[in-house]
Amino acid sequence: MADNGYLSTVIVLSGGLSHERDVSLRSGRRVSQALRSRGYEVVESDVDSSLLARLAELTGSVAFPVLHGEAGEDGALREVFDLLGVPFVGSVGSACRVAFDKSIATTVVGASGIRTPTQVALPYETFRELGAQVLVKALGDQVGFPMMVKPSRCGSALGCSKVTRADELPAAMVGAYAYGSVAVIEEFVEGTEVTVAVVDRGHGPIALPAVEIRPESGVYDYTARYTAGATRFLCPAEVEHDVANRCADVALRVHAALGLRDLSRTDLILTSEGEPVFLEVNVSPGMTETSAVPLAIETAGWSLGKMCADLVQAAAARGGKARTISLAAR
Amino acid sequence: MLERLRRQDTRLDDYIDRYAARAHGMTASAIRALFAVANRPEVVSLAGGMPNITDLPLDVVGSALNDLVQHDGRRAMQYGSGQGEPVIREAICEVMRLEEIAAHPDDVMVTVGSQQGLDLLTRIFCNPGDVVLCEAPSYVGALGVFRSYQCDVVHVAMDDQGLNPGALTEAIEALRAVGRTVKFLYTIPSYHNPAGVTQPLDRRIEVLRVAEQADLLVVEDNPYGLLGFDGEPIPPLRSLSEHHVIYLGSFSKTFAPGFRVGWVLAPHAVREKLVLAQEAATLCPPVFSQFAVAAYLANHDWRGQIKIFREMYRERRDAMIAGLTSHMPAGTTWTQPEGGFFVWLSLPPGIDSHAMLPRAVTARVAYVPGTAFYADGLGSRHMRLSYCFPTPERIIEGTRRLGEVLEYEARMLEIFGTAVEPESGRLDLGPREAPGPDQA
Repeated sequence: MADNGYLSTVIVLSGGLSHERDVSLRSGRRVSQALRSRGYEVVESDVDSSLLARLAELTGSVAFPVLHGEAGEDGALREVFDLLGVPFVGSVGSACRVAFDKSIATTVVGASGIRTPTQVALPYETFRELGAQVLVKALGDQVGFPMMVKPSRCGSALGCSKVTRADELPAAMVGAYAYGSVAVIEEFVEGTEVTVAVVDRGHGPIALPAVEIRPESGVYDYTARYTAGATRFLCPAEVEHDVANRCADVALRVHAALGLRDLSRTDLILTSEGEPVFLEVNVSPGMTETSAVPLAIETAGWSLGKMCADLVQAAAARGGKARTISLAAR
Repeated sequence: MLERLRRQDTRLDDYIDRYAARAHGMTASAIRALFAVANRPEVVSLAGGMPNITDLPLDVVGSALNDLVQHDGRRAMQYGSGQGEPVIREAICEVMRLEEIAAHPDDVMVTVGSQQGLDLLTRIFCNPGDVVLCEAPSYVGALGVFRSYQCDVVHVAMDDQGLNPGALTEAIEALRAVGRTVKFLYTIPSYHNPAGVTQPLDRRIEVLRVAEQADLLVVEDNPYGLLGFDGEPIPPLRSLSEHHVIYLGSFSKTFAPGFRVGWVLAPHAVREKLVLAQEAATLCPPVFSQFAVAAYLANHDWRGQIKIFREMYRERRDAMIAGLTSHMPAGTTWTQPEGGFFVWLSLPPGIDSHAMLPRAVTARVAYVPGTAFYADGLGSRHMRLSYCFPTPERIIEGTRRLGEVLEYEARMLEIFGTAVEPESGRLDLGPREAPGPDQA
């Protein structure tokens, strides 16, 4: 029996077929362990053709998706949960769809008055149709160097490059397109890298203390993210109180502007003037041993188990959405 | 809330300042992480090198293990000799006789897979900064061992007939001219991993001549030697030279890898050192595994079983070659393996196997980028394809998917021109770019 005696089974979903499967499996194990420590019965599940049957068997349970990358963060699976009336932790599918795509999320967040980098989003077909040479030159002129090139729909810094010269841009574009058909090319914002988690444990969203990220190599790439010891984290970030409050405020506004629910993590760059600039938001932030959110939770004096348990309880209390197909009828 | 909090300043590894320098390269890799997806059934994995033991008679193995526990369990579950049990060393000599290697059981030391033999050899021979010569490309697991002992790997050119003796001579001379210590040549003459080529006899004789003239030790790794498909097997280097060749053998491909039984055949003095190194590392190789393999060899037609394996792998090799012939775009070439598990694919100029792996995984096909098999960042125009594990139908489907990915890459190349990084641009990738041993 779980610690509040209300619900006992949670299906923690991790893995999937995205490029971030390995990270997701690690996050899933940690969340499962945290929930078990609070007395929950946890069923760890991959996302495959047996998932729906498993959900049908476990009627009344709550799904906790800890999936990173496509099919986990793009909202598709959450739409399925709603369709089937399965209560789940996290944002609804429509909000995820917007938040997961960097080009769309940046536009929405920018429209809410938060500073965002100058950004251009281009599918690879555009280069094919219009010619790369002209477009590469235009990007250099418009965005300027250095610039960041990223896949529009991917996480863990996969396919991301910092480009300092025009002749590096084609390789960076190819690198980004390896992870998806649309790339974003954006202004490189110099400053301090921080990330802020927002959690709603049933009483409204709260920003956790900002985590400042200082990769030893200077680049917070995949290796720096998932090799213990490769990055120095400071939590709360080593910034003035008013700057820290500004970061928290921006993260809460991002959470609200995108219509997110339960949990999100907003990545920011703090300029030398202490202004937070939005980089991206994660609807299913990493929960691995080297991830920032568990560190922020610990710094806030919470436990990961208690926080996950509260999110599960909130999801259970919400219940599944009204639906036309019920699991019981399957 | 913020005012009350005590700042944590952490690298999330409390031991970070205590690791030896040799642990510094042990980091996470985005490419390696992609292989987690490759193990899903939706993906045709042509990446892993896991032996296919579907045809192994489990009833025979089970019965042999049962007898072992019943009749000799106390001995099998006790510590044993650091050199390995006499019964298995005798059996190993019998196995090696199939390849014309004459050896005495005293000269054999049993290891935890031949991988441990490689580790112990590097341990007893190499100081940090010593040079080990390897083929270009070379076995990823060997590169990992050499790196962990802080050796410098220098690659020597090979072609469709294996290691080039002329290039070997040049490499030795060039290194010695600048005062470098070259400790040994590591080579896989038969059914090379990853290159899928086999060195003909005249080349072998020439390589040995070069090595003997330069007084260079040769470490011959021969895990696939009995898995040839066509013609008579070519004698291993060790059968041609006793004094300059240290030989590594394994039951992982001819029986099953889970027992982790391999061996080193070495000159007496080297073997003495190896046994001491083995005792320091493990006290003794697993006795139960040694007795189990010996029981299998004694009670089963293992020669017949190897023939079954050989036919099974031949069928898969044929499927791979047929699939590549049907689906690879112009400008792609590949080796024609006469045995073993692997094909080495060379891509049209400008296409980068390392950069395109994420797209291949999205297309549900996986391979190992060529960069995994070089210690110096080269190899991006190549990839290793394994045919050992999937069914022939899956292999053909995998090549079809790969062909589509390569066509997409060609379009990207058309759009972005020379978009790939130069071949020498990514130093020190090596073993971080290959799947783990548990991946098919």
